[in-house]
Amino acid sequence: MSDTLYDEIQREIAKYPDRRSAILPALRHAQEHYGWLSPEALEAVADGLDLSPARCLAVASFYDMFFLQPVGEHVVEVCTNLSCALIGADHLLREFERELDVKAPGTSADGKITLRCVECMGGCGWGPVVSVDEEYEEHFQIEDVAPLLERLRSTSRPSESHA
Amino acid sequence: MPESPTFAQPDANALLLPFAGSRREIAEYEANGGYDSLRKSLGMTSEQLVDEMIASNLRGRGGAGFPAGRKASFLAPGVERYLVINGDESEPGTFKDREIILRNPHMLIEGIIIYLWMIRGAAAYIYIRGEYAKEAAILEGAIAQAREKGYIGSPLPGTDYVANVYVHRGAGAYICGEETALLSSLNGDRGQPTAKPPFPAVSGAFKKPTLLNNVETVATVPVIVGMGGAAYAGVGTEQSTGTKMFSLSGHVKNPGNYEMPLSATYRDLIEGKGGGLPEGRTLKAFVPGGSSMPILMPNQLDTGLAFEAVVAAGSMAGSGAVIVVDDRTCMVRFALRTAEFYMHESCGKCTPCREGTRWITELLRKQEAGLGTLEEIDLLLEICNRVEGNCLCVLGDACAMPVRSHINNFRHEFEEHCRLGHCPCPDDAPMSELYPPLLKAPLPMVSA
Repeated sequence: MSDTLYDEIQREIAKYPDRRSAILPALRHAQEHYGWLSPEALEAVADGLDLSPARCLAVASFYDMFFLQPVGEHVVEVCTNLSCALIGADHLLREFERELDVKAPGTSADGKITLRCVECMGGCGWGPVVSVDEEYEEHFQIEDVAPLLERLRSTSRPSESHA
Repeated sequence: MPESPTFAQPDANALLLPFAGSRREIAEYEANGGYDSLRKSLGMTSEQLVDEMIASNLRGRGGAGFPAGRKASFLAPGVERYLVINGDESEPGTFKDREIILRNPHMLIEGIIIYLWMIRGAAAYIYIRGEYAKEAAILEGAIAQAREKGYIGSPLPGTDYVANVYVHRGAGAYICGEETALLSSLNGDRGQPTAKPPFPAVSGAFKKPTLLNNVETVATVPVIVGMGGAAYAGVGTEQSTGTKMFSLSGHVKNPGNYEMPLSATYRDLIEGKGGGLPEGRTLKAFVPGGSSMPILMPNQLDTGLAFEAVVAAGSMAGSGAVIVVDDRTCMVRFALRTAEFYMHESCGKCTPCREGTRWITELLRKQEAGLGTLEEIDLLLEICNRVEGNCLCVLGDACAMPVRSHINNFRHEFEEHCRLGHCPCPDDAPMSELYPPLLKAPLPMVSA
């Protein structure tokens, strides 16, 4: 377990009267360090919180933003809930699938980009909304798909995004 | 791409966001009267503040519309009490709390500090949905600025009370917007609802008495303290006071968030603010308060935005998310997309919701593909009845209520799908690519 992740978890614990409340931020930090919540990552969270790895997995598996399987270097999420769907999110999703040659949810053959659909992200009036590595791209149009993928293919994911 | 997001111009009656653009810097916020309400509240007792909230008759802005002042008065006594802000905004169509945070984060922080002072709270936690990464960072920045000014982390002027405010990010679960599920999540468990009692006012965050309010509700507190509860109650209608944020989306010329007095109507919002539907299209239906609410029809456009007016029209005002649907839209597809969401978000704890949302989705998928039968339309209604009111929380209801309204208002469309054996809508109808032929096979049946 790297010192920094352990330290980050201890800093999160300090915000709460009960260390168990720090489990979501701890899982988030671990995912940022390991790329996904591998058994090793869950072990690190368990050590940092003094909980069992099974409990960490039980909590992590409840939430959509935790990856229990490896993902690509970049994660592209297309909102297909009502407001975005009404204004063309479905065509956007198909365009992403064509360009990446993968069905959502899935990862491109080169392992670079994971594509998935997500439920309402809270950008309904500014849609269609696409989230790229947890940053929103709004008013996203079909012609934006290819340039975005080109940019992602040529860059690596920033290590610490929003901590 | 246009600049993102694009904020609407303020309404003349706006109280929460009466300016264009954003005021994220504390200096700018204070130059416009910011934190004056906090200073005023420090000269008031807890009882006076609660009374002011009761006088305002402010109804909670999260969806249920419960009177905020009365809620505050229920908080159990104790030396360790907490304030939790519900920023888990995830009801489809809703993006108002996000705009409040993006444009006026200090108004929320000021409201939090006033509320903390009112309950002498040990700390406040802003539970913000995990996807709102940028918004969480903005709140962290606002808290740091308020800390530098001495509003957070050191005794408030003339008192020995110290306000502590933390941001707690969720991780992607609609159900965590439900208060007991949110508290389960904050307490480090899976985000599942729990039975009430005990109510959060008695046992909530860390099993201590907890006051839980929506972002918009708490952001309104400085307005009420500033102008006085009675004056605030003079805006809107008698039962629904003040202004409220409405999130307008779907088939409308100018989508966005609009702050409206609650005395206005859906026509004022959709046609007035939203500019109506795009050229050549007509209104088929509209969602009045988030996708969990029964839809309303074009002849109900003059319904008031007030809580009681929407109930009288047969629906609910909910979170204030208004989704406009034009005449090209397949309502079977619309119902299916609605149901799929609630199936995905059901936490699985209560059987009627866990199984019912799946059965509703299954049958709607058959309907949409033209593989359903007329009898199954009635079966759908029966399942809706069996889900509604039979679970710990209202997620199951949130699936049953709208789907029932889709069938009751557009039964002919469901019947046409059954008769034709396929969806009658043209290829360019909205959402046509969501359900391409390959995906039209029904879900594997779950055994009864």
